[in-house]
Amino acid sequence: MLKVINPGIYSSVQDQGRFGFAHIGVPVSGCMDQVAANFANCILGNSLKDAVLEFTFGLAKLEFLSPTIICISGAACAPKLNAASVAMNTPISIQEKDVLSFGTVSEGIRTYLAVKNGFQTEIKLASKSQYQHITTSASIQKNDLLYFEAFTKPLTHSNAKLKLDLSRFSQNELPCFEGPEFYLLSKQQKQLLLHTSFTISNDANRMGYRLNKEISNQLTPIVTSSVLPGTVQLTPSGRIIILMKDCQVTGGYPRILQLTKEAIAVLSQKHTNQQISFKSVDFFNSSITY
Amino acid sequence: MQFNKFITYKQFGNQAVLIAWPVKIDEVILADILQFKTKIHIAFQGEIQDLIVGYNSLTLIFKEDIIDFNSIKEKLQQLYHQVTNVTPQENYIWEIPVCYDVTFGIDLKEMSTNLRLSEQEIIHIHSSTLYTVFFIGFLPGFLYLGGLDKRLHFDRKPKPRLNVAKGTVAIGGKQTGIYPQQSAGGWNCIGKTPISFFDINKELPCFAKAGDKIKFTPISKKEFDAISAKVVHRKFKLIKSVIHA
Repeated sequence: MLKVINPGIYSSVQDQGRFGFAHIGVPVSGCMDQVAANFANCILGNSLKDAVLEFTFGLAKLEFLSPTIICISGAACAPKLNAASVAMNTPISIQEKDVLSFGTVSEGIRTYLAVKNGFQTEIKLASKSQYQHITTSASIQKNDLLYFEAFTKPLTHSNAKLKLDLSRFSQNELPCFEGPEFYLLSKQQKQLLLHTSFTISNDANRMGYRLNKEISNQLTPIVTSSVLPGTVQLTPSGRIIILMKDCQVTGGYPRILQLTKEAIAVLSQKHTNQQISFKSVDFFNSSITY
Repeated sequence: MQFNKFITYKQFGNQAVLIAWPVKIDEVILADILQFKTKIHIAFQGEIQDLIVGYNSLTLIFKEDIIDFNSIKEKLQQLYHQVTNVTPQENYIWEIPVCYDVTFGIDLKEMSTNLRLSEQEIIHIHSSTLYTVFFIGFLPGFLYLGGLDKRLHFDRKPKPRLNVAKGTVAIGGKQTGIYPQQSAGGWNCIGKTPISFFDINKELPCFAKAGDKIKFTPISKKEFDAISAKVVHRKFKLIKSVIHA
């Protein structure tokens, strides 16, 4: 078990997501940067389904009440165990009463904390991912007690030699497929979309990222249909919204692009004022030029 | 199965297939979508993570990345044609008590003035229609209902309210709906139901499903309070009747 001394700016328990309930309007949720979360779980020899903590912009402080082994991955946040700096992306032994604290983030914005065998928090609709009105709380609060099983043995199934790929932190290109309504765009719109870059607005969170630039848009809204994490919508005002893990299950704006799973992880580490661009790929992952 | 020539299949991201019917809000299309959905559910059992129904679409989300879209498309096309003796899902008419008292129906007055209908007429028209549940989306437990009488079509508010209470029954443009939880919203509030459309602690958090129908029954403020108390203690039983095809 650990106690939350300071949850930081926005932190939540996440696993791979809540599947099978879209037909009653329940969002998928799950880790924004699944690549980072998977890495941390892998390092500890956990199941990829194990729940981790997701921190946004670092600055959290946690006190461990049981021994375990942890791995911190994702955005670099100058983690300290008690007073000493500790490394990211590697197993760290934890004793009772150890205090883990994060500084500010320097590369990326979302940091993940995995514990041996995962967090054992409440399960709602087959997932531990926190989401408003589904789990008791939508995020981690100060003084929350988060359960995990104490672990005192040495790590036997460690994958500590796992190759760490940090290239997505400097990558600004988002590989994406054509969305269902892409074909409705004019040649000029396609040009703008795929050959210019966009800035992320200050409206960027787990539900979606709004971009700043406007693309002149005469498309009429579509009759409400499915949307997915990674769906790129074009609003009537010409603003682009990229839906993320907590997005609704249906929407009425034309779906012009669909981010690859990897691109969702890339975008999840970006924030306000950063530049991104879309790179069209086909379903065999080769680029397409327009 | 009459839409065969008009149905399109598209890969939608790494893991999904979007099946689209003609762009039209129509109960015949809904019935066709639901029939196909039942067949897909059986034929692809174990491979599918989620099936999302829209007005004119069905989205299949697979558990794994799609490797060969064309073979899935062929399988789906054959499946669409296949005559099976699959029992169609059972659909219900749900009677939903609604209190149209002015304490909840805070926009009734404005609608009455603009639509040139008395508040009583609005309530009467709203509660004498049988609405069809096309699908559930937007928020957990938010029903997309078809069938709002043209006389009650009324534009959304230019500026959404920050807090619309859970259970609020409202009209937005050509649609009517129930807010399943407190949220921001720009629809015009005409009443409130004590019934919960999304209860995370129930095995089936949302009782309604695509293809069901909803009938609103007007109740007084006193009845509203009585039903609310029963709902809290889980002693209220909704009235439902089976729809015979």
